[in-house]
Amino acid sequence: MFDALSDRLRDALAKLTGHGRVSEADVDTAMREVRLALLEADVNFKVVKDFVARVRERAVGAEVLENLNAGQQVVKIVNEELTAMLSVGDRTFRLIGQPAVVALVGLQGSGKTTSAAKLARHLVKQGRRPLLVAADPYRPAAVDQLMALGRSLDIPVHGAPQGTPVPVIAAEGIAQARKTGRDVVIIDTAGRLTIDETLMAEIRTLAKTVAPCETLLVVDAMVGQEAVTVAEAFRDAVPLTGLIMTKIDGDARGGAALSISAVTGLPVKFLGTGEKTDALEPFHPDRLAGRILGMGDVLTLIERAQENFDERQATQLADKLRRNSFTLEDFLDQMQQIKKMGPIGQLLDLMPGMGGLAKEAQGAVDRGEMKRVEAIIRSMTPDERRDPSLLNGSRRRRIARGSGTTTPDVNRLLKQFGEMQRLMKQLGRGGGRRNLLGLGR
Amino acid sequence: MSWFRRRAEEPPPPEEEAPPEPEPEAAIEPEPEPSLEAGVERSRSGFVARLQGLFRGGIDEATWEAVEETLIAGDVGATLALAVVERARRRRDPGGAEAAVQAELAALLLPRPEGEWTPRRPDQTQPAVVLVVGVNGTGKTTTIAKLAARERARGQRVLLAAADTFRAAASEQLEVWAKRIGVPLVTHQAGADPAAVVFDALDAAVARATDLVIVDTAGRLHTKHNLMDELAKIRRTIDKRLPGADPEVLFVLDATTGQNGLAQARAFHEASPLTGIVLSKLDSTAKGGIVFAVEQGLGVPVLFIGVGERLGDLLPFDPRAFVAALFGPAGGA
Repeated sequence: MFDALSDRLRDALAKLTGHGRVSEADVDTAMREVRLALLEADVNFKVVKDFVARVRERAVGAEVLENLNAGQQVVKIVNEELTAMLSVGDRTFRLIGQPAVVALVGLQGSGKTTSAAKLARHLVKQGRRPLLVAADPYRPAAVDQLMALGRSLDIPVHGAPQGTPVPVIAAEGIAQARKTGRDVVIIDTAGRLTIDETLMAEIRTLAKTVAPCETLLVVDAMVGQEAVTVAEAFRDAVPLTGLIMTKIDGDARGGAALSISAVTGLPVKFLGTGEKTDALEPFHPDRLAGRILGMGDVLTLIERAQENFDERQATQLADKLRRNSFTLEDFLDQMQQIKKMGPIGQLLDLMPGMGGLAKEAQGAVDRGEMKRVEAIIRSMTPDERRDPSLLNGSRRRRIARGSGTTTPDVNRLLKQFGEMQRLMKQLGRGGGRRNLLGLGR
Repeated sequence: MSWFRRRAEEPPPPEEEAPPEPEPEAAIEPEPEPSLEAGVERSRSGFVARLQGLFRGGIDEATWEAVEETLIAGDVGATLALAVVERARRRRDPGGAEAAVQAELAALLLPRPEGEWTPRRPDQTQPAVVLVVGVNGTGKTTTIAKLAARERARGQRVLLAAADTFRAAASEQLEVWAKRIGVPLVTHQAGADPAAVVFDALDAAVARATDLVIVDTAGRLHTKHNLMDELAKIRRTIDKRLPGADPEVLFVLDATTGQNGLAQARAFHEASPLTGIVLSKLDSTAKGGIVFAVEQGLGVPVLFIGVGERLGDLLPFDPRAFVAALFGPAGGA
């Protein structure tokens, strides 16, 4: 259904092929679909209203950039505005105090306990010594859950007997951290409804007692229109410093993040991207903007190719092409780039010129060929990567063994690379980097 | 569904608010249109709508818009909300915008059988089986506890199967509930094959002449193919161990879920056909409007609502009350 929605948006925009300036009619057509897309992505309807009004104002009469059409120009503006809204506040995760105290709050089932463990692991990697505090005396076995996670990560967990008041549990945890030389305390609180006066009063007291330097609201990426109400209620109760958006590894668009950031000014600080404890990532506003709009990394690619083409990189590449020094190392880099761009198939629609190439590349990914190519290149010495002419029969056999492939596999790759090098050389002479991406008109 | 298509092709709705009491002259005058055909269609529908407006006792644009926003705010979804409001507007006797929309919403919900829900049990010599599924954190375990308490109160011999072997302390959580309710629990080590847990639980249930086995499964995002396959395997295990048991598969949907709820339900329905939905956490400020799309899309009815963390907080789904609550104050479910 999301795909269908994106397709509709895409179709509507595809009709706006005008150049020059964006007309009011263009904007109307686009905004109707954008509004729908945002609502279906669970962005709060009030936020959508403001957003649409703002974009309309900016878009009408906007100059259409070279190489773009009116539809793309509107998407560009929409995307910029979305990104700006998601970029509010200070995303730095600041640990202050000895120990620094971090509290996680949120609704039931939003993923606080898992996030607490993930955060602890993240901090260990940064050389910190966290202590987890299980401050959820209500949900059966919530303490056991955190204890089990702590054990698996080798991070100590402070728990307390049933009936201990939550602020006391937290204060004890901090005292224990001081005694045992732990420099960060992460408090996992119970899930609570915002209309539960007693439990909201409880976290209010907790926040006053332990004064956390970071109080993060844990929000499920799948949450709907209520996200704003929930965030406001928590913000009014405790001094929130940001959000952790969880379960973003599903296919929810995550419009809640936009709603909350727009209304409360709170930044998203982390994303929960999986069930394992290492699945915590820093937040990138531009990526989520693309996701909410449903055009994913296509936007990133447009932007990158059209606008923010990194001059330094371009010069470097041109330089390399001139000197015919596009090496297997560069090839590996390029592959990593493509991989980072995500599902390549998504690019097909907006980039007709690239269709064939993308399809092939996607096919290669699906068949695991990319992996094999990577393995082969990684089995080469740095010298070999820079100068494939070194690769005699014995070296090729060694590489095949090292990468778990066969010598014909290695040969095939080298042949392909040779062809690519030749192609690059041609393009280098024509200066047709844009044409390579199929973006030129 | 031709509705949506038509809607999509319609020109953008006028931004300015229409006059509260449309005047007949304005109604008859067709608006200029680039295409004749579209123009005729448009002016005809506009004319009919406005004419109807006269008989409606003047429900103005702003009122309809407010109702539409209420639906969107209740997570009904923009596309469905537009369709519902449009249908309500065409009703001959709307009797007020809210009433008309409520009637349309109620019509979206599936007809459900009279009387109390009991898990089906085609073969009385075998226990009934209820498999409880859903994404992470929707309240599966709590729902199971409530359901077990309910069935036990009805005099059923209940057994619980802790087939969430993935999440830390998931089986401990279920164990606490099992003790409180006083029902046996079959559990394995953490990390064990959930299908094996289910198989053992069914064995135990048959041996003890149990009436009902409720299976708790790990929360899983519907986009994770391997986990959805695992669920299908659990389902096959039930079918293999108790052929003809025809298990109930209850999908627990968090009422705070937005439009993703439909994608979730659909994916679970594909992995193991759902027989019912439990809408949890309806005691929150959320309205759970996504269930309209889910019932429409899947033809699976909401059976229960969860309204709290106590064992008694599982109520039969009441369509009329549910629809009315969409228009009520926050938390008025």
